[in-house]
Amino acid sequence: MPIETILFFALSTVLVIAAGAVVTLRNPVHAAMCLVLTFFTSSMLWVLLRAEFLAIALVLVYVGAVMVLFLFVVMMLDINTTPLREGFARYLPVGLLIAAIMAAQMIAVLGTQHFGFDRYAAPAAVVEGSNTEALGRLLYTQYVYPFEIAAVILLVAIVAAIALTHRRREGVKTQDPGKQTMVTKAERLRVVKVGSESKEGRGA
Amino acid sequence: MADLLLVLWTLLKILLVTVPIIVTVAFYTLAERKVIGYMQVRRGPMHIGPFGLLQPFADVFKMLFKELMVPANADRTLYVIAPLLSLAPALAAWAVVPFDEGIALSQIDAGLLYLLAMTSLGVYGVILAGWASNSKYAFLGAMRSAAQIVSYEIAMGFALVGVLIAAGTLNLEKIVLAQAGNLGPFEWFWWPLLPLFVIYFISGVAETNRAPFDVAEGESEIVAGFHVEYSGAAFAVFFLAEYANMILISFLAAILFMGGWLSPFQGLIPGFLGEPSPIWLAVKVVFFMFCFLWFRATFPRYRYDQIMRLGWKIFIPITIVWIAVIAVMVVGGVVERGV
Repeated sequence: MPIETILFFALSTVLVIAAGAVVTLRNPVHAAMCLVLTFFTSSMLWVLLRAEFLAIALVLVYVGAVMVLFLFVVMMLDINTTPLREGFARYLPVGLLIAAIMAAQMIAVLGTQHFGFDRYAAPAAVVEGSNTEALGRLLYTQYVYPFEIAAVILLVAIVAAIALTHRRREGVKTQDPGKQTMVTKAERLRVVKVGSESKEGRGA
Repeated sequence: MADLLLVLWTLLKILLVTVPIIVTVAFYTLAERKVIGYMQVRRGPMHIGPFGLLQPFADVFKMLFKELMVPANADRTLYVIAPLLSLAPALAAWAVVPFDEGIALSQIDAGLLYLLAMTSLGVYGVILAGWASNSKYAFLGAMRSAAQIVSYEIAMGFALVGVLIAAGTLNLEKIVLAQAGNLGPFEWFWWPLLPLFVIYFISGVAETNRAPFDVAEGESEIVAGFHVEYSGAAFAVFFLAEYANMILISFLAAILFMGGWLSPFQGLIPGFLGEPSPIWLAVKVVFFMFCFLWFRATFPRYRYDQIMRLGWKIFIPITIVWIAVIAVMVVGGVVERGV
């Protein structure tokens, strides 16, 4: 068996187990860490597909930034997990039904009857060597408008989120770093002259 | 069979990179105590071996024979995994670091991106250590450290974007070769990218939680921060990760901004000193490693709000402006782009 196949099955097993653990583990921090593992193994799968830019971007964005902030929030919250499980038996039939429908839909759309190797040839390497450069060229030439528009929409979302939450509170003490650095010696320091006790003065 | 040989050969190459790093870390701790000692008019460790040279081995053996404590109510699994999660990315990042032309574990074209991804993973070890210890001090340290690392990563990433624009490639070896020329040090990227170079190195100090940005450890307020509950070998692993990261930052500063293995006398002096060689890389790296110790002996610890202000309100705007400036310089032909 070639080493790629062994790696693929090993990584897929880890991926499926970790993804299952995300939804079954009780402790939210453990679940978040399993999600990190899921992201990481799926990025490894992308490396196997020679999509190294996407793989690194997945680790950089989701594992390195999004999940860190996620973990930050999960750790700060004191989530009591027992009330969450109260309605488990009651909602189980509905949940199973929805899961079955979703699985059926995905099989119908993504099944081998549409995407088998007999319908599509195995994808050849589109670019020689680095696909980071090829992707960059495409993004900044052919797809420059969709790319820039997506960027602007994200920027608007950030500005909106800050505008909604940012407000001036009364009675909060803040430092003005400009004023702090402009402070002169005369404002802070008072030199008091104290007459020294000379040898002759001691006796007097 | 060929696959098995490939795996063995790769493992051997990994050992050839990691073992010297671990040895360097051991002697770096000795150098730290010696350098700070002499700066404070003392001699540092003197008793084990000649001039205290065997002190790191004494420290390592002491750490390994200490008992591994796990606090009551700690999350045992995460408590044990946390040090490994901080060490693994610190060592994995070395996979793309070139030591000379053609000498690197792996010369991938997305090398710079890979480095950014790996260094951004180191924060998990810190966060999990703080949370899993079930200790207020450790948790406070972890929160401070996480906020600090996430903030300074942005400035660091932008500084690397500047390098990327000037070099026109993400491959670390080609970045060094793009700095070659007959003007010696003035061909290197520190000169056109001076603000980014300064910001990169300061962010590197902040990313590794070193003085003067070591509020995550802040021994005067929160004892030792995220690793306060760790003892023995687990503590040693955190130590190893921190120092491996410091050496990595020194290597990257030398490779990305100071011309890597290129000679500062290139085209000026004939012979060995004018030739590019790994010795030049070592000289530059040792200088940056010395700077880490120098900072620690010199500066008082930053106040936490000032760290955040420096990262968000000063470094990030400067890097964004300088990225625009360097882009104009490259397009205008002031900086020669590419190899």
